[in-house]
Amino acid sequence: MTTPLLETRNLTITFGGVIAANDVSLKIEAGRNLAIIGPNGAGKTTFLNICTGWIKPRKGQVLFQGEDVTALPPRKIVQRGVARAFQIPQLFTEHTALENLLIAAAARDGMRNPLIDLHDTPARDEMLHLLEMVNCADVAHRLVVELSEGQRKLIDIAVALALKPRLLLMDEPTSGVASSEKDGIMEILITALAEAKVTSVFVEHDMGIVQKYADEVAVWNAGNVQLRGAPAEILEHPDVIRDVIGEVA
Amino acid sequence: MSSVSTAPKTDAPKHPKSMLWIVGVVLLAAVPFAVPSLQLLVTFALAKGLAVVGVTVLLRAGQVSFGHALFFGIAAYACAFLMAAIPGADLALLLLVGTLGALLAGLCVGLFVVRYRGIFFGMLNLAFSMIFWSILEKFYHITGGADGIRLPRPTVLGMALERGPFELILYYLAIVLMVVLGWVTIRWFASPVGQIFQTIKTNETRLEYLGVSPRRALLSGYLLSALLCGVGGVLMGVAQGAVTPEYVWWVRSAEMVFIAVLGGAGSVRGAFLGALIYEIVRTYASAYAGDIWQMLLGAFLLIIILFAPGGLIGIFGSLAGRAVKEDAK
Repeated sequence: MTTPLLETRNLTITFGGVIAANDVSLKIEAGRNLAIIGPNGAGKTTFLNICTGWIKPRKGQVLFQGEDVTALPPRKIVQRGVARAFQIPQLFTEHTALENLLIAAAARDGMRNPLIDLHDTPARDEMLHLLEMVNCADVAHRLVVELSEGQRKLIDIAVALALKPRLLLMDEPTSGVASSEKDGIMEILITALAEAKVTSVFVEHDMGIVQKYADEVAVWNAGNVQLRGAPAEILEHPDVIRDVIGEVA
Repeated sequence: MSSVSTAPKTDAPKHPKSMLWIVGVVLLAAVPFAVPSLQLLVTFALAKGLAVVGVTVLLRAGQVSFGHALFFGIAAYACAFLMAAIPGADLALLLLVGTLGALLAGLCVGLFVVRYRGIFFGMLNLAFSMIFWSILEKFYHITGGADGIRLPRPTVLGMALERGPFELILYYLAIVLMVVLGWVTIRWFASPVGQIFQTIKTNETRLEYLGVSPRRALLSGYLLSALLCGVGGVLMGVAQGAVTPEYVWWVRSAEMVFIAVLGGAGSVRGAFLGALIYEIVRTYASAYAGDIWQMLLGAFLLIIILFAPGGLIGIFGSLAGRAVKEDAK
């Protein structure tokens, strides 16, 4: 039996009486795109925060490739191969798109030479290629604050991919993006993930996106996984239609 | 799919402006012969300028230290103690020991203060500098108290020099240090480690999610800033021939921040330009307007902040840019 890429065991956390995670045990296998859906406030983002070390659970464990990473800070978990993209893109606003990626590559490669220019680092071509992959090559030299929300989302994901992770956790990759742009962004994203051979977990509220791009869906409700299965099967489940799709719609 | 543009790797090289800076350094080098009365004043200004570059480094990460005179003073006192222990010690040894002293102090203080940001960072630095000031004041049997300690003239490469030649060598040493350390700092800013350090200003969350410790990143810059302040402190101590607790007094730290803003916050060249202008204005304002010179300086800074937020370097840059355009026509 193979070790899951990410596994949680009995994760529990509460915030002032609200249960955000209630004895959550979940296994995520490599090579899949898992979508997490659920009502607002169900604890989906908290789950991502716990898996990346930003929040420590009151009880339970997080294992990445079989190693217990529960007590590690985010940076140590990132160093082990878990990257994160955010609902609100977390970028270096005084830097260009390319520089954001070059900084990520420098962090990944442990560049410590104090006299080499960031732009002369060996990863430059690789990062330009990554920008092409996410369809942002034409804005490589623009400050990220000048870009559209959709472009910032893609740059945020590209920064995470620059770390060459094994697992990418994304919080609502298409939120704040115009409906007409959502499919385009997801097409680019799924292609980039496949090319980089990265497993992904993404929180999403758009059921159309989930149906089209997820290999598997987990329904989060009241701090736990209520259902899990293939998109077609899950999205037609009466409980999901009542508790999740009904609310989202 | 969009194509990769061939935009420049960095800002376009500003050769005409670089030439202006070279001319500036040459003019400085001519001061001892052209205007000898300014020689010591410029030495003081360059010593302060180096310390201001240290403060400038932290400004690039969005942090303001109100206590960096600590490292300025520690380096100067290290030199004074060394001269007391080894009379006739060499200037190179003083520079090495003073800088190492500042670096070591930077490590000790830095490991603690890099946990904090903003006003807490600034005030904790101030607290450390004032603790050291109290030690200097109270342990007078060791430190000389408020009177300080004499710092006799060191030898230079084994040679005991008279005051004139010594001050001339010190002057050129200050210019060399300005050019070398200024260049190193600018290169460091452009390097991956320097760029990571500067991201502390904009997004520590992302930095953490790149697998980098923001505290460690800040510590790297903090050590560089302590080193620069240390070199400035050694130069100032040796140039003045005495060190006093005033070296670490909060006014000295505030003066460094003042000059950094005046010169153009975040600019290495601005730090030196600001220090030169500040020292000249301060000297002549105190000579000709003894009672109101601080007020004049304050008004000067107000005008800069209100009308030239880029500081003196911003004014210099736009003037130089205009001159280059005129030249191109």
